[in-house]
Amino acid sequence: MPKHEILSDKEKKEVMAKFDVNESQLPKISISDPVMETMDASPGDIVRITRNSKTAGKAVYYRVVVK
Amino acid sequence: MVSRIKGIEFKMLDPEMIKSLAAVRIVTSDLYDVDGYPVEGGVMDPRLGVIDPGLHCRTCGSGIGDCPGHFGYLELAKPVINILYTKAIYKLLKITCSKCGRVLSKPEDNKKSKDLSRNPPGKCPYCGQEQGKIKFLKPNTFYEDKEEMSPEHIREWFERIPDDDLKRINFKGGRPESMILTLFPVSPVTTRPSITLESGEKSEDDLTHKLVDIVRINQSLRENMDIGAPDFIINDLWELLQYHVTTYFDNELTGIPQARHRSGRPLKGMIQRMKGKEGRIRGNLLGKRVNFSARTVISPDPRISINEVGVPDIVAKELTIEVPVTKLSMNEVKEAIKRDRANYAKRPDGRRIKISSENKEEILENIAEGWVIDRQLKDGDMVLFNRQPSLHRPSIMAHKVRVMPHKTFRISPQVCPPYNADFDGDEMNLHALQTEEARVEAAELINVKNNLISPRFGGPLIGLDLDQISGVYLLTRSKKKFNRKETSAILSKAGIKIDLPDGVAEFTGKEIFSLLLPKELNMEFKSTSCRQCDSCIKEKCEYDSWVKIKNGKLLTGTIDAAAVGAFKGKIISRMHGLVDTDTIRKFIDNAGRLGVAFMGQRGFSIGISDLDLKDDIMEQIGKRIVKAEKESNALIEKYNNKELEILPGMTASESLETRILNVLAEGLNSTSEIVKEHVKDSDFIVMVNSGSKGSLVNLTQMAACVGQEAILGQRIKRGYYNRTLPHFRQGDLSAAGHGFVRKGFKQELSPTELFWNIMNGREGLMDKSLRTRKSGYMQRRLVNALQDLRVTPSLAVKNSNGHIIQFVAGEDGVDPSKSEWGDVHE
Ligand SMILES: [Mg+2]
Ligand SMILES: [Zn+2]
Ligand SMILES: [Zn+2]
Ligand SMILES: [Zn+2]
Repeated sequence: MPKHEILSDKEKKEVMAKFDVNESQLPKISISDPVMETMDASPGDIVRITRNSKTAGKAVYYRVVVK
Repeated sequence: MVSRIKGIEFKMLDPEMIKSLAAVRIVTSDLYDVDGYPVEGGVMDPRLGVIDPGLHCRTCGSGIGDCPGHFGYLELAKPVINILYTKAIYKLLKITCSKCGRVLSKPEDNKKSKDLSRNPPGKCPYCGQEQGKIKFLKPNTFYEDKEEMSPEHIREWFERIPDDDLKRINFKGGRPESMILTLFPVSPVTTRPSITLESGEKSEDDLTHKLVDIVRINQSLRENMDIGAPDFIINDLWELLQYHVTTYFDNELTGIPQARHRSGRPLKGMIQRMKGKEGRIRGNLLGKRVNFSARTVISPDPRISINEVGVPDIVAKELTIEVPVTKLSMNEVKEAIKRDRANYAKRPDGRRIKISSENKEEILENIAEGWVIDRQLKDGDMVLFNRQPSLHRPSIMAHKVRVMPHKTFRISPQVCPPYNADFDGDEMNLHALQTEEARVEAAELINVKNNLISPRFGGPLIGLDLDQISGVYLLTRSKKKFNRKETSAILSKAGIKIDLPDGVAEFTGKEIFSLLLPKELNMEFKSTSCRQCDSCIKEKCEYDSWVKIKNGKLLTGTIDAAAVGAFKGKIISRMHGLVDTDTIRKFIDNAGRLGVAFMGQRGFSIGISDLDLKDDIMEQIGKRIVKAEKESNALIEKYNNKELEILPGMTASESLETRILNVLAEGLNSTSEIVKEHVKDSDFIVMVNSGSKGSLVNLTQMAACVGQEAILGQRIKRGYYNRTLPHFRQGDLSAAGHGFVRKGFKQELSPTELFWNIMNGREGLMDKSLRTRKSGYMQRRLVNALQDLRVTPSLAVKNSNGHIIQFVAGEDGVDPSKSEWGDVHE
């Protein structure tokens, strides 16, 4: 499973500013997703997912936790 | 003010709406009076809109083009069914009460209307009325307990259904009685314009013909009702009215004879106008014809540049570009008119004058700033060039016009790969750009020379091909020295204008090729002819396969497909970033012509005897094949004795098939090795080694052995009962009986072997056509889903709602067309 981390409030703001989006424009992940059940996340949190990538080696993705 | 559309509701036209929309009540089936003027109250009534130029609408006052057209209405003597709603009518009749109109179940029963109509209750839960059995006989007759129901009866029934009940069963689109027409909307004349034939005769649209029929029968029905005609006459007329109204909507219904034109051609109903490939939706809304475009067959011209297109003079005369007359353009404009290279002149008052030899003197005198002329296409104009199916961005690129005689578009053979074009009759489209911005944008963004690198894989889409590659391969490989005269001869034959360096008496092939390379180029790589030795000795390679270029000088190595070929050429991809794209363009042009020029001088020839092998070699090959066949026979025997080792995940017979395929493939491989070693050096080998065409497999199949012919990746097994062909015994599992061809094309194939070969060829043909259709549809779906995604300045991929699809485009943020095979250098 790729690495999932919950962002701090500060990081969350930075991400949203960097991509110029609001929460609803981010990809989502359900709170009941098996991955989310392993961590202490609540709706509105943003998780950073670091995956292996064919083109870039490592690729970062963000998802907002939803109900 | 800008506001957002929340939604659109589609509803049936109810009688009130039909009346309020209408500008005219239609009362007569006459179209024109004796003087040829449209009759008031007829279906060509002038209040229904204007279709004649110069006239103004009696209803809205606008002229042609501005008047949207206006509806009329016709009062039907008796109601008729709207044929487009028969399914809904049938369903509604089944689930509502014939007496009180309520839905045949109470809300608390919680029954779905689908189940209700599939299994209607026999009794009304509200009034207790026993329900008759409803039957629907296509196309438009309904029975209640075997008694035919009249449209009037159905309409009255529907009027009784309460709105709340309709809501409960989710009936949408207004009141159900609108499905039975009492008023008929007469469409505006703008939707069915009449055409005046050359003879001056008027020819009416199909819908107008249909409307005339409807009005005429309606009138006759009313008259007969008024005089109290017998029922059978009334019913016949009523049925006829239903027929005309039905075919007005849809003239392709099963069970209804098609309404026909006097000529016997079936009339076009409303549905026919909209439906299908040529219908309004797919034919007019999703695809349109364009002006300023041309289409013709393409043919090759290796002398023009990759970013040029040869345009036939007759095409160039027809396609025009608007040129505003200004101080600066005055001379150009006058020259164009004088030489008959302008088709129209537009005066500032908007009048368009066709320029002819009679009036051109007059126009030349009067022309002034503010006029606009339509100038014909000329050399140097940028145009768009396209070949369908346009599967990727480089399927449309901008080319520079070169007006030429004859009737085909001429392109350099080097631009075939991005278009996937060949010259076996392919046609292409050309679009003359109409605005200055469009021309500049095209010249910069989609110019061929700026699209040499694929946006898909980051390698060159354009490069040398076939003889061009063989040519440069032979040139850069040859040990020959060329004196200045010989060198000039080759270069001038190739049309290359380069000054030879002073003080050099002789040139090697490599040095001649180096003349084309930019000084900035430094690179080393393995060429196609590299034999993949275990340890590469680079520059010292005995096959001259290590290409080393220093400061634009080819020091070692042979130039071939790996260096300059389309989809492969390393030199072409490396030149990006080192020199401007125009230099690369010239390099590709020149290298191709240099190759062909050298080949022309050296000569190039192949013949089947080039593949002759010595008798003892052929014997050796024969032994290998026999050995492979023996091995497969041994496997078959083991299988028959149930001793065959079964491979994981397979049945015994699957294991056998796989093992046999492997054994035979190995046999073919070893023959390949023999062929490779012993085939004599010929221009076949030049083609294979340079990568211009053909492979060792092709040589082996011609010279020695074709090998296994497979269908769906399997040995051939279909055909007769328990065997493939009558030439074999039932249950025969041998190689020869299942598609193995032991001979080469150069020897004779046996009849069965030829048959295997043809089976394989046919599979390839079918596969090709099936695959293109499938992948075409797949492509369309992907494009539709992805077309409005875009890369934002933060490199994130967003859709039109600003939703993020990918945080960094392609995860690495690299534009492949600006990369070298996906990698970014420096
Ligand atoms: Mg073709
Ligand atoms: Zn009007
Ligand atoms: Zn009832
Ligand atoms: Zn090598």
